[in-house]
This record gives sequence, structure tokens and C-alpha cells, in this order.
Amino acid sequence: MEFWIVQSLNGIAFGMLLFLLAAGLSLVFGLMRIVNLTHGSFYLLGAYIGFTVIGRTGSFLLAVVVVPLAIAALGLVMHRFLLRRFQGAELSQVLLTFGALFIFADFSLWYWGGYSHVLSKPAFLAGSLTIGTIVFPAYRIFVIVTGVIIALLFWLILERTRLGSMVRAGVDDEEMVRGLGINTPRLFTAVFALGAFLAALSGIIGGPLVGAYPGADFEVLLLALVVVIIGGLGSIGGAFVGSLLVGLIDTFGRALVPELAMFTIFAPMAIILALRPRGLFGRIG
Amino acid sequence: MRRRFVLGIGLVFGLIVLAVAGRLSPTYYTGLMTEALILGIFAVSLNLLLGHTGLPSLGHSAYFGVAGYTTAILSLRLAQSSWVSASAGIVVSVSVAAIYGLLALRTAGVYFMMITLALAQVLWGIAFGWRSMTGGDDGLPGIARPDLGALVPWSLQSPANFFTAVLVIFIIVMGALSLVVHSPFGYALRGIRESEARMDCLGYHVWLHKYVAVLIAGGVAGIAGILFVYYHGFVSPAELSLVLSAEGLLMVILGGAGTLFGPVLGATVVVFLRNLVSGYTERWLSVLGLVYLLVVLCAPNGILGAIRGRLPSWLSQEAEA
Repeated sequence: MEFWIVQSLNGIAFGMLLFLLAAGLSLVFGLMRIVNLTHGSFYLLGAYIGFTVIGRTGSFLLAVVVVPLAIAALGLVMHRFLLRRFQGAELSQVLLTFGALFIFADFSLWYWGGYSHVLSKPAFLAGSLTIGTIVFPAYRIFVIVTGVIIALLFWLILERTRLGSMVRAGVDDEEMVRGLGINTPRLFTAVFALGAFLAALSGIIGGPLVGAYPGADFEVLLLALVVVIIGGLGSIGGAFVGSLLVGLIDTFGRALVPELAMFTIFAPMAIILALRPRGLFGRIG
Repeated sequence: MRRRFVLGIGLVFGLIVLAVAGRLSPTYYTGLMTEALILGIFAVSLNLLLGHTGLPSLGHSAYFGVAGYTTAILSLRLAQSSWVSASAGIVVSVSVAAIYGLLALRTAGVYFMMITLALAQVLWGIAFGWRSMTGGDDGLPGIARPDLGALVPWSLQSPANFFTAVLVIFIIVMGALSLVVHSPFGYALRGIRESEARMDCLGYHVWLHKYVAVLIAGGVAGIAGILFVYYHGFVSPAELSLVLSAEGLLMVILGGAGTLFGPVLGATVVVFLRNLVSGYTERWLSVLGLVYLLVVLCAPNGILGAIRGRLPSWLSQEAEA
């Protein structure tokens, strides 16, 4: 019983990290039809830079606040000066993000080396919680709580603000939104930067659990893609449900059938694709 | 007619030069040319989807890798004749294309990219995880090249002979694809690329045309994958990876999408550039990244596209290929 409870909590914690990643990817895809292969790089750069910032200043909180903003700025520049002019040219955008992925990966390898860095947890989250006979690390609880808070914030922004309604409208019918006089290029850049922000945040918060290492950019990109495909492209609710599903499947898959760990992720995705090509909550497609 | 004649002469001449150069060059360059031809076949197969049919597959490595793995596993574990393991490789890659085509063709455009990427990743996941069968990320080493036995007197172990064999297969594949591309079927594919709705109205079975294109492309990519595995004597999850799929797209676009030989040119440039740059710096990945950016920013029509604009009109006249 303990095994199931602890692994479920682990799965949920991992799912929350995935949600931070996938929410941005899904919105960027839903709104501007970009398959953003650089998304994993934003995650990895966030984790690496977070590692350096924590190493220099000793402050986890500082890293959590500053680094995602820096990566958001990077995303803003990338969209404004590289991707924006190719709006609608989907293949060109994929190739551009792929080139950027290589350049970021090579830079990280050069600067941070080829080994794994694990970010240190903040001191007040280092312990563990004991409920009955179950011992669970406090940090994972923190990850779960953060994930839920961000999901709620996201939902509030999307459903209750003007910006949110512009984004939702853009996902449904971008042309019409433009026709209504909304500056969609600027909206796109903002959403792209927001996605980069969340990916970097996920990298820092996940850093103490997953670590930062070469190749992590690809791994998380693929996991986020699976989440987005399962949940439905452009749907935040779908990203949430998909993240929890993938987090749980991955955690139990690794624990129960380690040989097929990768397959246990991709197989449900293939089944969902076959049955519901638009994903569980997808409206577009 | 004049155009066709000039191009034909040029083609035959080019192939003879290529064959002689490949056989006489130092082993290192023969190897590079072999690899360029193999990846050229891969790029050409992707071009049938991307350039001719307008299907941007982001998971084309699936067929390349699955054929390679099938051939590798059969020749290592069953030690069957190479004819059996190589044909099994092609059969499996076409079968995978048959299944993936069913799933992926339910979507179009950017969704098609995402879904083909995800489907290729399923195979990558199996190759990566199923250590007892596939060797995991260590891959499977020690795959012997086919022994042609009584058929041909010389051995494929020598780089020059293997190069010649690859060149012969390359010529056959290019000839066959050229027939496909210039057949009514090929014209229909380009019609679909330009306007699906119009082809539908004209009474073409759009889905079936796309599906057959996926099958052919899958099979040809499988041939390239088998040659690749025989060439290196080794197969690993890299042969199923997104990196290879994207490299295929790069080759197609770099050379010129929708042209017959452009993708081969693109593959050659990428292979030679990789080996040249790797000799000078460890930063090959950055250079490759820059190539991606530069191709999109500066040469969206590819090398052949850029050249074509400068040719005399009687020569540049598009054979609509």
C-alpha cells in the first residue's frame, strides 16, 4: 500500500513539473501553430542557469524569480527576431527552433560540461513529512503545491482576464481576432515568452529532482509533446490532465517494468492518437 | 528535347565521374561518399512526401531505423542469409509505414508533423528501452555485410566494392523514383500538394494517393536504413531519432525540395560538412544549428532552387519535378 501511495505522490509531483512545461508548449502550438522544439532548451537552460545562480548566491528563491524572467526575455527575442517573420511557414519555424535547439545544447555542453548537475534544495524544504507510516520528501509536496497554484493562476488568467480571452479567441480563430483589431503579433510574442518562462521555471523547480544534464532538453521536450498530444493541442485543461496521466504512467512504468519505461509513455499516446486524433480535450485540429 | 538530352548526358557523365572518384579516392573519402549516397536515398524518400506531396513528416527516421534494426537483429540472432534479413527490413519498414500512415494521415499540416514525430518516438522508445533485444542505447554492434557468394565474385568488405554496390542501388532507386515522380501518379501527388480540394473535386482519391506515397517513402527510407547498418556494421537508437528526421528535412530543403537530385546534394553537403568541421572544432553541433538557421533565412528554395534561377531558360525550364 505504501508503495502505491508514495509512487502516486511521486507521479503527481512529476506530473506538475510536466504541466509547467506542457502548458507553454500547448499554448504556443494552439495559438501560433509552432512546433517549438526549443522548448526543452528553455527548460534545460533554466535548470543550468539556476544551478549557477544558486551556486553563486546560495539563494534558491532568487533563482526561481530571476532565471525564468531571463529565459522569458530570451524567448521574446527569439520569437520577435527569428520566428515572427515566418508566421504561417510552419516547416521553416520547426527548422529554426531545431537549429536553436542545437546551438543552445552545444553552448550548455561547452559552459556547464558533460556531467549532471543537481540543484540544491532550499534549506526549509530539505526535510520530509511523515503521515502515519508514510514518509514523503517535503520538496515534492512543494512541487505539487506550486504546480497546483500555477495551474490555478493560469486558469484565472485565461478565463477571467482580457489577455486570457484574447489568447483563447486566438486559439479558436486567429484570423478573426486579427480582424477585430487585436495586435496578434505582439500577443504571439508575449505568449511565446510566457511559455519560455514556464519551461525555465519547471527546469529550476525540477532541478533538485531531475537534475540538469546534456540530453535533458530532448527528454523533456518529448515528454511535453506526449502530454500535449494526449491532452489536446492548445487546451490548458488537457495539458493538466495529460501531465498527471503521463507523470503517473511514467513513474509506475519505471518502478514496475523498467525495460519498457519509454514505451509505456509512448504507447498510450499512440492509442489516444488512434482513437481521438485531437487528444482528450482538443478542440482544434 | 534539347534540355532532356543535355541533362541525360550530364547525368551519365556525372555518374561515371562519381563511380571512378568513389573507387579511386582514399578510403576515408570513399566512406564519406558512401554515406552521402545512403543518406541521399533517405533524403530523396522524404522528399517524395515533403517536396512532392506536401506532407511535412517529422518522423521519417522511423522507417530508416526500423529497417536497420530488423536487418541487424535478424542477421545477428538468426544468422539467416542476408537476402532474408535485408528483405525483412524492407517489409517491416513498409508495414510500419502502412500503420503509421493510417494514423498520421488523419491529420494535416503542423499536426501531421507533431504526430509523425510522436510515432517515430514510439519506436525510438522501444529501441532505447528493450535492452535484451535491441541493446538499448549501446546499440547492436558487429553486423556483417552480406556475402554475395556465387552471384558476384568480389567481397563487400572492401570500401570501394561496398561503395560500388551502394552506387548501383542508388541508381536503381533514383531511376525508380524518377519514374514514379514523372508518372501520372507523381503529377497527382503534386496536384495534392498544391490543392487537395481541387484534386478531390477532379475525382482523385486524395487519401489513397497520400497513403501510397507514404508506403513508397517508407520502403525507400528502409533501403537507406539497411545500407546504413551494413555500412557501419552497427545500429543504435540514433537511427530512429528526431535528430535524424530533422536532418533529413534539412537535406531536402538545403538541396531543393521537389527536385529529383536536390536532396542528394543536400545530404552530400551535410555529410562532408560534418566531417570537415569535426576535424577542426568540437563545436559541430553549433555549426549544424547555424546551418539550420541559415538555410531557412537565406536559401529557403535550396541550392538547386538558387541555381535554377541563373540557368539559361531552355535549361532551367522546370520538368515539373
